[in-house]
Amino acid sequence: MRQSLRDLSGITYLVGSADIAAMPCVPALPPFDRRVLEFLNAVAKALLADREAKAYPDVVTYAFWIRSASTKKLKERFCGEGGPFRLGRGVAFHIAPSNVPVNYAYSLTAGLLTGNANIVRVPSKDFPQVTIIDRALSGVLAMPDHGEMRKRVCLVRYGRDRAVNDALSAMADTRIIWGGDATIAEVRKSPLPPRGAEVAFADRFSLAVIDADSYLAREDRDRIAEQFYNDTYLTDQNACTSPRMVIWTGRRKEEAKAAFWGELSDLVQEKYTFQPIQGVNKLTSAYLAAVSQEGVRVEPHRDNLLVRVHVPALTDEIMDLKDNSGYFFEYDCDDILELAPLCNDDRCQTISYLGDKEIFRPLLEAGVRGIDRIVPVGSTMDFDLIWDGYELVSRLTRTVVLE
Amino acid sequence: MTFEELLQIPPYSLAREEKHAILTERLTELTEHHRACCPEYRRMLESVGYDSKEVSGYEDLPFLPVRLFKELTLKSVPQEDVVKTMTSSGTTGQAVSRIYLDRTTSANQQRTMVKIVSDFLGASRLPMIILDCPSVVKDRNMFSARGAGILGFSIFGAKKIYALNDDMCLDVDGLREFLERFQGQDILLFGFTFMVWQHFYKELARLKEQGVTFDLSRGILIHGGGWKKLASEAVSPQEFHDRLQSVCGIDRVHDYYGMVEQTGCIYMQCECGHLHASVFSDVIMRRPRDFGICAVGEQGIIQVLSTIPESYPGHSLLTEDEGVLLGEDDCPCGRKGKYFKIDGRLKNAEIRGCSDTYAAKFA
Repeated sequence: MRQSLRDLSGITYLVGSADIAAMPCVPALPPFDRRVLEFLNAVAKALLADREAKAYPDVVTYAFWIRSASTKKLKERFCGEGGPFRLGRGVAFHIAPSNVPVNYAYSLTAGLLTGNANIVRVPSKDFPQVTIIDRALSGVLAMPDHGEMRKRVCLVRYGRDRAVNDALSAMADTRIIWGGDATIAEVRKSPLPPRGAEVAFADRFSLAVIDADSYLAREDRDRIAEQFYNDTYLTDQNACTSPRMVIWTGRRKEEAKAAFWGELSDLVQEKYTFQPIQGVNKLTSAYLAAVSQEGVRVEPHRDNLLVRVHVPALTDEIMDLKDNSGYFFEYDCDDILELAPLCNDDRCQTISYLGDKEIFRPLLEAGVRGIDRIVPVGSTMDFDLIWDGYELVSRLTRTVVLE
Repeated sequence: MTFEELLQIPPYSLAREEKHAILTERLTELTEHHRACCPEYRRMLESVGYDSKEVSGYEDLPFLPVRLFKELTLKSVPQEDVVKTMTSSGTTGQAVSRIYLDRTTSANQQRTMVKIVSDFLGASRLPMIILDCPSVVKDRNMFSARGAGILGFSIFGAKKIYALNDDMCLDVDGLREFLERFQGQDILLFGFTFMVWQHFYKELARLKEQGVTFDLSRGILIHGGGWKKLASEAVSPQEFHDRLQSVCGIDRVHDYYGMVEQTGCIYMQCECGHLHASVFSDVIMRRPRDFGICAVGEQGIIQVLSTIPESYPGHSLLTEDEGVLLGEDDCPCGRKGKYFKIDGRLKNAEIRGCSDTYAAKFA
């Protein structure tokens, strides 16, 4: 341990304790400890009082998620009366994704709620959201009431430095890797201690399933467009939760498509910041899809902000041809089990739906290897302690037998 | 109109209407030809519902993003007819374009280039200094863009030397001997923009400080390959010209725009500093947002059209370059056709998302 600590020279300390060596000595807490909930609530207050934060819906959403009203509900769900005795595993080492601004804060929060001391590598990019959240965290940590939390929070920045990964992994009781397959492969070069555990968030893809008749029965189509926009364009349709394909069920598919995409296109015109290369990228992707199977149809579009490609069959390679920033495959489905091969891909993560969620039951009962979440359109980004098929409370704690 | 007939037309002689009619006919025919002979291309056309009956001019023809030639094998002739495979000069690790040429397309590329360049150099061959090293053309099986460019332009040279040794040092003695031998004659110089700057201009500037100078006032420099690498040194085209002139007296400097995907149809820079489309090809600037056609003076993504490609479906391509159409048929140099300028490469998109992008880190 001592030896590896010499390799920490590349680290910049942003928030909290800079005494990483002392982290393994910090006593673990039971999950949802009162001190943690109070600390998070104070951070929420600081964020909600921050004028600058108001401009960032992702920061505001995070702030609401860590208010005590919300964390108490989580406590009831995950650690209600009569459950086993749990304790944080110890040191949690988090590697946050480089291009999602607020994700590191959710990861840290999961680590705190489960009673761990946390070392978090934050995104290297200077997102304003990171500055705002770090400011709130530092402010609250400096308060005498929350001094206890100081030794449990350490936010750092460093480059892709193997020596630092080695040193931090060597002291990790749990390592949490965001950032996809390439990052996982890179970080796994650094060994964990024998009892070290890992939660790795790999590259995933997601789908939307819309029942045409349910959609046409709705009157709040502008709101649905808004929700779908938040699921997709808000993260350049490149989050693991963003649908890459829209699957239509029901009878009046063409009518529903015209209405749905028309609404969305209007909204995208208004809100999305388009980058010129994206149009070229989408045209390239559309032609690659066209070559991959017979009968592909690039739907006529008014501009390059929204490109739809109808595919007649769900081939094995279709998801390797996905693109982002407003590029959607479309498939007409008459039997939900047609999706089984696609959902049997273990990269398949979220299905967002509009219609009846019960239709997915046969798909799950078919034993598919994919699908970790089935949530309504508009909820794909809602973070929860069950994420990507992992129940994080049990992943980040030890269950103590007391007989 | 066959390509043979087209080739008889002087390269900058047709005004808008006439050129439009001829190119529309030829390019529509090429579209049908590739549809029949390249199954991948057929699927692309079908995906966008292409219907030749709806084409009123070549601006209505589909265009393929050049990146497709990196991802797919696209050819309209059987493999046994392929005599050359050209590749773009991608940096290590990047995918390269592969362009498959049969005898006809390869020959037509060269004939077209002769027509275009002769308009600037005259019909007779000139003594030629190649501003590169000999090894770049040695492997004839895999033509890199650099090697292909040098070989392509070599046909304009009578007696040739390479100005650089294989270690990229200037061959000072060889150059001096060559210039003495052809004193008083026009001399053609050819090289890639970055090479010219890095290994020729900089060395001449250094030698000049030591009192060693060369007189290239009878030189005509043709250079191409883009300004991307020079942008990092903040060298503008004007400065490039001025500083070269100050070290060796050269005044006739012609940049050209071209790409391996449409070899032969290069866009030469005239005496007024404008890039020109010949009758064998054209450019259309397109609006990024909807691929609509830009007005004169409006920046857009450059679509290039060439009447040459028969062995691969590359007659209508969307580049990743941005440019501005400056005018048509009225350049003060007297050449007909569109004239334009290049503003550089489109920026890579900054995309949010959960998966880290390693490529960007190492680019």
